Amino acid sequence: MATVALFTHPSPTSILAWRGGRPITALEFLQDVHGLARRLSPATHWLNACEDRYRFAVALAAGIVAGKIAVLPSTRTPQTIRDLLEWAPDTVCLTDDPDCPIDLPKVVVRDEDRDHAAGWRVPQVDAARAFATVFTSGSTGAPTPHPKTWGRVTDCVRAGAGRLRIADGRGHALVGTVPPQHMYGFESTVLLALQSGNALVAERPFYPADVVAVLEACPRPRALVSTPVHLRALLAADVAAPVLDRVICATAPLDRSLAQRIEERFRCELHEIYGSTETGQIAIRRTAATERFTLLPGVGLSFEADRAYADGGHLERRTPLYDVIEPLPDGEFRLHGRTQDLVEIAGKRSSFAYLNHQLNSIPGVIDGAFFEPAHGAHAETGISRLAAVVVAPTLDPASLLDRLRDRIDPAFLPRPLLFVDRLPRNATGKLPREAIATLVADLR
Amino acid sequence: MADHAPQLREPTPCADAALQREIAALFVESLNLDVTADQIDPDAPLYGEGLGLDSIDVLEMALVLSKKYGVQLRANDAEDQRLFRSLRSLADFVAARRAK
Repeated sequence: MATVALFTHPSPTSILAWRGGRPITALEFLQDVHGLARRLSPATHWLNACEDRYRFAVALAAGIVAGKIAVLPSTRTPQTIRDLLEWAPDTVCLTDDPDCPIDLPKVVVRDEDRDHAAGWRVPQVDAARAFATVFTSGSTGAPTPHPKTWGRVTDCVRAGAGRLRIADGRGHALVGTVPPQHMYGFESTVLLALQSGNALVAERPFYPADVVAVLEACPRPRALVSTPVHLRALLAADVAAPVLDRVICATAPLDRSLAQRIEERFRCELHEIYGSTETGQIAIRRTAATERFTLLPGVGLSFEADRAYADGGHLERRTPLYDVIEPLPDGEFRLHGRTQDLVEIAGKRSSFAYLNHQLNSIPGVIDGAFFEPAHGAHAETGISRLAAVVVAPTLDPASLLDRLRDRIDPAFLPRPLLFVDRLPRNATGKLPREAIATLVADLR
Repeated sequence: MADHAPQLREPTPCADAALQREIAALFVESLNLDVTADQIDPDAPLYGEGLGLDSIDVLEMALVLSKKYGVQLRANDAEDQRLFRSLRSLADFVAARRAK
């Protein structure tokens, strides 16, 4: 049986995490993992909702040691939790918030669970173990599960660490502005730390001043794992810039001039990762120097009916990509934006098909459609919102928004939500973009 | 409405009404909100079911407020949920910390 170690830190005193500017060693992590593993009930599926990234890692590893499956939904709306329970009725929530509002049985992860008697023996995990299931919002309305196996995911993360050139044994502190529950943060903050001998940072700073404070609380070398939105905010804010040793960016394409400004400000290289929840990371580029992404070793692209697919390498199977991709020789490609149905807001992805399905599933909605409004993006963060038109004579705007909030991530809530008598559908039932634009112009 | 509130109410540090209106206008303009500035109830929650803001809006407003007033928002200053609890609490915060 092929196995892969839970983490690669060479000695019990290696630093595996930072919290509040204090180091946590690999042995202490192992003792926390064993302490929590003993408290897990026989259930198989565990939704890991821990906000603190260190506790998230402890909960994940305890599940791996105890033979559980970590469940990572794309949102935590009440509707998502109901769908999840239909998929896995035994799901239990692991949380570090005693007042966690998620409607599931709970186990609260506590610092005092550490098993001080546990010795230094790094668990070896069966490479074929399906250790996590990550969900995307499927186009048919029900969330779509993507099982991940330990050997393939760790292959992928280790290959990425090599390309990012941070697996050099110096122990980078990885500060993330992204949550550990989404695929990018899962790979690039938690698994990257565990599988490349680096140290994750428990805090997830939000405001620019907090990002700077958390970075400064960690000794160099340090890396910032972030998104175009957070990096743009960091540049726009009038805050002192600490020296970094690496910036990693993903979730939406970063433009070259922003990448160059970030490299100048933080005096280090920025590497941009391309991937998706379905595939994990599959390519990396140094955005300030080149527009070309280079695929990870073994990963290949193929095309069918204008759709790009990735396979090989760590991928479980041939997997569609929802971006427009131009292949180049030598395992490189150019990215030309997303395909038409995909929606991306502040790094969160969904599809018009999914959002429209949720809107039209609400009792009282006769017809409705989301669209991208013509009015501008937010000035500072550059984010644009969606809008929607709806035919729902028995509903008022506030109650319809409440029902939507129950179903979709707040990032996708329509602004504005316009009530009309009928939608300008054409003979084939489609909604031409121009027809919606005309309708909206008439309403305003 | 506030003018008719009972006098027994706990005294709160009151940012001047002009600043409150100014910040309300910034919200509407920066976030493309579908309301006018004077429709924002100073005591209604800004998050979730009130004005319907989310973390993306909060980040945008943090930048707008730092440009306009020179205040840097910090999570542990005020646990941002509480800071963005209402227009009034945010205006009080800006009034206390503004550098410009």
